[in-house]
Amino acid sequence: MDGFIYFLIQSVNGLKLGSVYAIVAVGYSMVYGILRLINFAHGDIMTVGVYTILVLMTAFGVPLWVTVLLSVVIAIAVGLATERIAYRPLRTAGEEATLISSLAVSIFMQNLIMMIFSPQRRAFHLPEYLSRLHTIGFIKLSTMNIITFAAVFIILIVLSLVIKKTRIGMAMRACSDNLNASKLMGININAVIVTAFAIGSGLAALSGLMLAGEYKTIDPLMGFVPGLKAFCAAVLGGIGSLSGAVLGGFILGIAEMLFAGLMPTDFTAYRDAFVFVLLILVLLVRPYGILGSKEGGRS
Amino acid sequence: MLEINKLSVKYDNIRVLHYISMQIRKGEMVALIGANGAGKTTVLRTISGLLKAESGEILFEGKDITKMSSHNIVASGIIHVPEGRQIFTKMTIEENLKLGAYLQRDRSVIKRNFEKVFSLFPILKQRLHQQAGTLSGGEQQMLAIGRALLGNPKLLLLDEPSMGLSPIMTQQVFSVLESLKKEGITMLLVEQNAYEALEISDRAYILETGNITLEGRSSGLIQDPNVKKAYLGGD
Ligand SMILES: Nc1ncnc2c1ncn2[C@@H]1O[C@H](COP(=O)(O)OP(=O)(O)OP(=O)(O)O)[C@@H](O)[C@H]1O
Ligand SMILES: [Mg+2]
Repeated sequence: MDGFIYFLIQSVNGLKLGSVYAIVAVGYSMVYGILRLINFAHGDIMTVGVYTILVLMTAFGVPLWVTVLLSVVIAIAVGLATERIAYRPLRTAGEEATLISSLAVSIFMQNLIMMIFSPQRRAFHLPEYLSRLHTIGFIKLSTMNIITFAAVFIILIVLSLVIKKTRIGMAMRACSDNLNASKLMGININAVIVTAFAIGSGLAALSGLMLAGEYKTIDPLMGFVPGLKAFCAAVLGGIGSLSGAVLGGFILGIAEMLFAGLMPTDFTAYRDAFVFVLLILVLLVRPYGILGSKEGGRS
Repeated sequence: MLEINKLSVKYDNIRVLHYISMQIRKGEMVALIGANGAGKTTVLRTISGLLKAESGEILFEGKDITKMSSHNIVASGIIHVPEGRQIFTKMTIEENLKLGAYLQRDRSVIKRNFEKVFSLFPILKQRLHQQAGTLSGGEQQMLAIGRALLGNPKLLLLDEPSMGLSPIMTQQVFSVLESLKKEGITMLLVEQNAYEALEISDRAYILETGNITLEGRSSGLIQDPNVKKAYLGGD
């Protein structure tokens, strides 16, 4: 019985982590769908968001919701700047060029944050009312966890409605289906690309807050590995497919927490490696991911 | 309506169009004929802003569109049915058509154009909610033309609409072009099917390795011994 309860608890922890991966993966997948760009700097946008919150919270004492809003705005600004400076000029140069450019952006941002804030790990405390624990059966959830679940749920619903029902959503789907034909329909593809980057960067900032709130520490490299895992989640679910990204995010989060919780402690250090191995195994069976199609279509 | 002056276009460092000039008058149907690799698609892609000219200018209704971005060119009324159809394969037929009307604001115009497309291509109406990728090649071509009509074209650019189609489908496509012509839509038609293109068009240009080598009334060109030899497979 204890074993089962432990399993349940780890599954819930996996859901927490998975919901964070899911919204990062959605942003990743959206940009990839349109530009075929694997944006390594995506995770570092998350770090930018978190450090923005840290500065505003500790230095200025602004209310938390204003802080969060500002961090989203700044993350979007940084995301759009990277698109303008590092990706758009290379758009005709091929996928390899933008891939390398995104690695450069990632390393640049990590180092810039280290220069400004020092490479040191820092404590990150949410206000007391957010970290208060609630016990539901055997499971303990903080207020922040509950808000996170609700927020992720709402974000995913709204996003899928936007993509299915709105004009800009239809334009985004068209661009990821056939970029050149989209231009011939009169779609301003730069506006669509900017929208995808803005959504992705904003979601990255929110997920950064969720991760920092959970782990209670932050450092300048904190976004990189979750960014990579979100990319894995997007690939696992079928890159370019938004529902695939969500599914992949939850699968990875749960699998990672079960691995960390159920393996002997000697092995838990390998949880990151486990995620990548899992990805490889899935791709061996389904090369285009769980919900992906051959052309990397959105579903 | 469209005036191309001394246009040259390069890919990387290779010039594929050499200072060509063309004119299309309102209501006219002009054919652009040439062998594989002559540069026909390049002409169309440059007109619609997918490629940038190296030098020269393109005027549409008197306005210089040479440096305009493609969405603004579409907004000004130039609609391009690209080579290989380029439909949105993962979206439904209805969504493809709606995307054709992406810049149209007037609902009554959109509705009228939808009805026009359905009467030209009844098959599209029957399969409105299917994924466009499931259509046959000929049906995809109809969708590509239908999608373009929803953009309310002043000038329609057609890049080898008969490519890869069966003779029956080809006839069907040409009869649709015929009826669009009667409606007064101005068209620039790129074709390898030179005989059909000269039959249906008012005037034509012959493009050879990036140079316009011949131009004139189609009815005259169809009799021209050089044209016959090179493009009509006759003597
Ligand atoms: N993206 C490209 N990069 C480099 N060269 C290109 C590119 N696209 C076309 N070309 C070259 O430009 C020339 C003209 O090509 P274009 O596609 O305009 O010819 P076309 O007349 O449309 O031929 P087809 O009848 O085969 O469609 C060709 O020599 C072709 O190889
Ligand atoms: Mg061509």
